[in-house]
Amino acid sequence: MSSTEQPAPGRAPLGALDRAPAWALAIVPLVLIIGALSAFAAFGGSTLGERVGPAVEELAVERTVLRPGEIDLTVRNTGPDPVDIAQVFVNDAYVDYSTAAQRIGRLGTQTLTLRYPWQEDSPYVVTMLTGTGVTIEHEIEAAVETPASNASFFGLMALIGVYIGVLPVVLGMLFLPLLRRLDGRWIRLAMAATVGLLGFLVVDGWLEGSEVAASSSGAFGGVELVVIGAALAYFALTAIDRYLLSHRDAAKAKGASGHRLALMVSIGIGLHNLGEGLAIGSAYAIGALALGAFLIIGFAIQNTTEGLAIVAPLSDERPSIGRLALLGVIAGAPAIAGTVIGAAAFNAELAALLIGVGVGAIVQVIQQLIPAMRDHTGRALYPASIGAILAGGAALYITGLIVAG
Amino acid sequence: MRRLTRRQTLGALGLGAASLPTLHGLLPHQGLHGGGSTAAASAPGGGHGNGHGGGVNGPTFKRGDVVDHRANGFNPTDILRDFDYGKTRRLASGRVLREWEVFAVDKEIEIAPGVTYPAWTYNGRVPGPTLRCREGELLRIRFVNGSAHPHTMHFHGFHAAGMDGVPEEGDGVIASGDSTVYEFEAEPFGLHFYHCHVSPLAEHIARGLYGTFIIDPKDKRADADEIVMVMNGFNTNFDAEGNQVYAVNSIAFHHVDEPIKVKQGELVRIYLVNALEYDPINSFHIHGNFFEYFPTGTRRQPTDFTDVVLLGQAQRGICEMRFPHTGRFMFHAHKTEFAELGWMGFFEVSA
Repeated sequence: MSSTEQPAPGRAPLGALDRAPAWALAIVPLVLIIGALSAFAAFGGSTLGERVGPAVEELAVERTVLRPGEIDLTVRNTGPDPVDIAQVFVNDAYVDYSTAAQRIGRLGTQTLTLRYPWQEDSPYVVTMLTGTGVTIEHEIEAAVETPASNASFFGLMALIGVYIGVLPVVLGMLFLPLLRRLDGRWIRLAMAATVGLLGFLVVDGWLEGSEVAASSSGAFGGVELVVIGAALAYFALTAIDRYLLSHRDAAKAKGASGHRLALMVSIGIGLHNLGEGLAIGSAYAIGALALGAFLIIGFAIQNTTEGLAIVAPLSDERPSIGRLALLGVIAGAPAIAGTVIGAAAFNAELAALLIGVGVGAIVQVIQQLIPAMRDHTGRALYPASIGAILAGGAALYITGLIVAG
Repeated sequence: MRRLTRRQTLGALGLGAASLPTLHGLLPHQGLHGGGSTAAASAPGGGHGNGHGGGVNGPTFKRGDVVDHRANGFNPTDILRDFDYGKTRRLASGRVLREWEVFAVDKEIEIAPGVTYPAWTYNGRVPGPTLRCREGELLRIRFVNGSAHPHTMHFHGFHAAGMDGVPEEGDGVIASGDSTVYEFEAEPFGLHFYHCHVSPLAEHIARGLYGTFIIDPKDKRADADEIVMVMNGFNTNFDAEGNQVYAVNSIAFHHVDEPIKVKQGELVRIYLVNALEYDPINSFHIHGNFFEYFPTGTRRQPTDFTDVVLLGQAQRGICEMRFPHTGRFMFHAHKTEFAELGWMGFFEVSA
């Protein structure tokens, strides 16, 4: 507003609007927008005519809890209209049930407690019959009693988090002395292998996030949650990185870059492990995952490579044991939080978002690692580094097969 | 097989809902969103509101929920023994002329607590009135179509082609607001069926346009406590794949809450009619008793002494029994899936 009095060529001369204070230019359109929308809300409906067609009734079951003789369904109305759940049948038999209210408003939730003598391992189809006769089905692939959410259960979940997160990462970090012995060329290849490994995690996280998002009710979005999570993590980590960079550069010259890189890698991997823990905890809670020692070993082997990725940037550094332990905890401990949250209150939307966070974090870490791959000519991609990238990806693919097995 | 198709239907829920607008658009939306059940729970004569069963004790609607029979305009307990004899007068020839007026009307009915169904009805009830006459009488049924859709009345029995109540014969399809008269002689005696015969046929029947047509033999059947049971169902999601609710006389589990009261040792005659659409068979089974079975009621000799009969669509038969013991005795479809979806009830036998 404090610009020149001389109108720019081709522009209209200054009018009253240009002289008005800036706050007025903000307030007036806002008032007009609110006024117009209020007027439309009050009177505009009648200009659109009668609604055509019946109410759109959609429900999504967000959580299923099985107790002996009872099935609890947490149901969300994901459609545009209120839904009345009038009656419920399980495998073609009407059941008695209790609920706080029959009507569920848009985006509202309600828990139905069905009295039904279900049998272990059997499949069930729960059909909700709405007031207009629409049937909405929910499939229980195999009925398994939901574990009670007590201290020992959460203790077990935390232990699983330690097994799959903290321990393997710390074990992977034990390669640091070896990395120190290697010359720069091998270090660059270790970085390239780490990039390959993390690239695999990006693809893996993306696929899992999409799958989880597809299983969500859709009320709060599906795959876009993964994208939002990824973008959030990517930009947040970039901001942190820039902050660290500006402070460290002032203090020391180049010496801190290895530490900074290791910290960024461990934060990225930590966010990834949060999503991974969530997936494992929720799968266990709904009985979809037979938690064998073999599976834990599979995850552990896979995550050992993550420890390697953290210490790779530190080959020129002399970090203290305490600092190394901290890096390990940053990368591994989120798995504990993930398993506990996943088992206690799994929600597909939250899971999709958090898995997306892991994806975005790792993309950011890859971006950080690429400069460390460069050879003396400044290329990041050369035959040896490409081979190392592929080897890193293959290592996770193969260890991933153990998990799938 | 049906479960698979139901799942598919669910997947295409939007599609299923898309087929509804024409129906809903034409019908009054009163009480569309339930609330009827809460009103009914406090309504007098609403039955034993606390319900029966649950868990291992058997299928049930949400306990405490009952249908508002008053809003429906009919109570299945009354339908059991409600015979419509019409008006009679003796013609100059000495023959009896029996006349009825039946109207078709669209009506939203509560078929299960809180679940409304846009029915097409004869005389505002499902099943339609039980028309009863005597063999050899001249019958005249004036049919007035007050529904928004074209309908007919097609009677099972002997009659001229023009009185068949099918499209393109006689008056053919009776348009909304039009009327016609069906006239024929009451023969053969037995337990018969009438229904609308307009296309799509399955839908016109499934919507509720059917009823029982009894022609008594010239020499009367023995005195008995006579009961009409029309086995029917409602395909509430209109997927034409089975039904979501099964019943006798429309209201599922009604006779669980309000058992049918009969006397020990007294002859009970059940006029059993299968009006079920979208399922190929239905069945009837009684506990603690056996019955003489007269298929279609057209022979005076029973063909079976049994406790289960199987009926295809529009099949019917007379069951005669005496309850040897007092107490509550269940009856239900021994197609047990139907039983657990509502087609079950109790006799309460008292001394």
